[in-house]
Amino acid sequence: MNDKIIQSNPIKPSTEKVIKVENLVKRFGSFTAVDHISFEVEKGEIFGFLGANGAGKTTAMRMLCGLSKPTSGKGQVAGFDIEKEAEKVKASIGYMSQKFSLYNDLKVWENIRLFAGIYGMPKNEIAEKTDALLNSLQFESERNTLVKALPLGWKQKLAFSVSIFHNPKVVFLDEPTGGVDPATRRQFWELIYNATTNGITVFVTTHYMDEAEYCNRVSIMVDGRIDALDTPKNLKEQFNANNMDEVFHQLARKAQRSE
Amino acid sequence: MKNTNPFKQFIAKRFAFLHKSSFLAFVQKEFYHIFRDTRTMLILLGMPIIQIILFGFAITTEVKNSQIAIYDPSNDIATHQITDRIKTSQYFDLVKYIKNPAEINSVFKDGKVGLLIVYGEHFNENLMHTGKAQIQIIADATDPNIATTLIFYASSIINSYQLDMMKQLKIPYQIQPEVKLLYNPQMKGAFNFVPGVLGMILMLICAMMTSIAIVREKEMGTMEVLLVSPMKPILIIIAKTIPYFVISFVNLITVLLLSVFVLNIPVAGSLFWVIIVSLLFIFVSLSLGMLVSTLTNSQMTAMLVSGMVFMMPVMLLSGMIYPTENMPAPLQIVSNIIPAKWFIISIKNLMIKGLGISSVLREVTILSSMAVVLIAISLKKFKKRLE
Repeated sequence: MNDKIIQSNPIKPSTEKVIKVENLVKRFGSFTAVDHISFEVEKGEIFGFLGANGAGKTTAMRMLCGLSKPTSGKGQVAGFDIEKEAEKVKASIGYMSQKFSLYNDLKVWENIRLFAGIYGMPKNEIAEKTDALLNSLQFESERNTLVKALPLGWKQKLAFSVSIFHNPKVVFLDEPTGGVDPATRRQFWELIYNATTNGITVFVTTHYMDEAEYCNRVSIMVDGRIDALDTPKNLKEQFNANNMDEVFHQLARKAQRSE
Repeated sequence: MKNTNPFKQFIAKRFAFLHKSSFLAFVQKEFYHIFRDTRTMLILLGMPIIQIILFGFAITTEVKNSQIAIYDPSNDIATHQITDRIKTSQYFDLVKYIKNPAEINSVFKDGKVGLLIVYGEHFNENLMHTGKAQIQIIADATDPNIATTLIFYASSIINSYQLDMMKQLKIPYQIQPEVKLLYNPQMKGAFNFVPGVLGMILMLICAMMTSIAIVREKEMGTMEVLLVSPMKPILIIIAKTIPYFVISFVNLITVLLLSVFVLNIPVAGSLFWVIIVSLLFIFVSLSLGMLVSTLTNSQMTAMLVSGMVFMMPVMLLSGMIYPTENMPAPLQIVSNIIPAKWFIISIKNLMIKGLGISSVLREVTILSSMAVVLIAISLKKFKKRLE
């Protein structure tokens, strides 16, 4: 099943760099959460951002989203400087977090309208796109359902669809499939692939190593540094491992700091 | 057609967010949160009604129909006349004539009788011949406030009897005190607690509910999503406070209507200023709620902080129930930092006494400075959290 998905979505040759990071550092007092990381992400790529808890993933991601200012180093997202043009960065990205990110006491269509409205989409466009989205998800019948009544898997799929509803250049997914069953996770990844065919770049953190295999490229953070960055295939060769899980554990074992 | 007035340009720029659909969509969402949570909404809108009715009719500091007992060993015309006056007064209910002095101690034991009047022996005879007769008033002082009030009522009745007697005897020199009760001639407790209840409700809804609503978004993880969006953080906070502002205003009107039409307390002063000062207090409370929300991360903590740090002092130290003048000096100083204290003083002056706005300039200044300081601190805290 994995192979089928991956084969249908080869890396598209592209020279446009959607994320560019150079020597990014974040210190909290004497603690260096993110220690001189550098990488680039191409347009339409699925970029896996892996690391044990406390490795600095979340801090790095917050800087890329314009939520936190870097101590030093440079970064560009969607062509905008993450430090000086945080507002423009925010307008051109989507975000979905590990915690469920829709409002339980709003109906399905109200959640869509709210977030689309926050991103400044015009009303008629919101209405049209909502119909199209609910159709493609086969969610038409749930349009007026309160989100809290939906099963977790559906909520996650809806949350992802909402995060890319305004057609962002990059979408940041922070452990999007936490607590979801394998079947739904697979459907979720199909949604992610669909998004990339529309030119959306996906930046995803995950705990599931089988999901790391779905990514075009994977970076693994250890103690605030990026210790490995390549395609899953090359990483497995480089570390002489059968799967990403082994790669991850070989690297994570070196970690000095824990949570 | 270019607008050249710099002030107008400034205003247009400052309030541009109001025209953006994103802001309105967000405010609408906040109303959904409240209206879909029927239980909370009923509490928010029903609370002022229940509190006003409770304080107005059930919890009253006025003393009426207190049970009273009498020991009358003289049993003559003078004691009968005094007893009659006591019996007919609305304050007392004569429930028992004690037959012998041994019963005096036991009469208070079941806690129903609040006051005992003991006439001296040969009361009328002594009064007529020596000009002196004795009455002993014994009160159950378990609740000192009630005891004091009852003693005051009983003494007044006895004094009035004495005055009437002196008139008949035509004694040339008489001092007749004439008491006038200003602002609240019927001595209704409601005059005192309406401003207090108003202060408490507005504080509860604004500070507590706003802080809980903001912290809930943090707890649910939706705040992250909002902060990543292009919406300005300050607008998120403003949008969250708007519904509570509206509900507080509805409650303000409810309390005013109830006081005028149910408790018969007229708005003696200017309704306009009562509302303006209340809006100022709502503003202070909202900023307090904002501050709490920036300091806490769980709904539980926000509730405890608002409950313990705001509600208790408001009830106990604001002068709503106990007059601040009677408190020990350190507590009096502490009571100064409680916004509700200044609000209650202002509302008493504006609404009950009917004084003008100039009488509460000091209170209004204090409340305004509190608002400025609170907003400055919470904005600073809020920005810091984003770094």
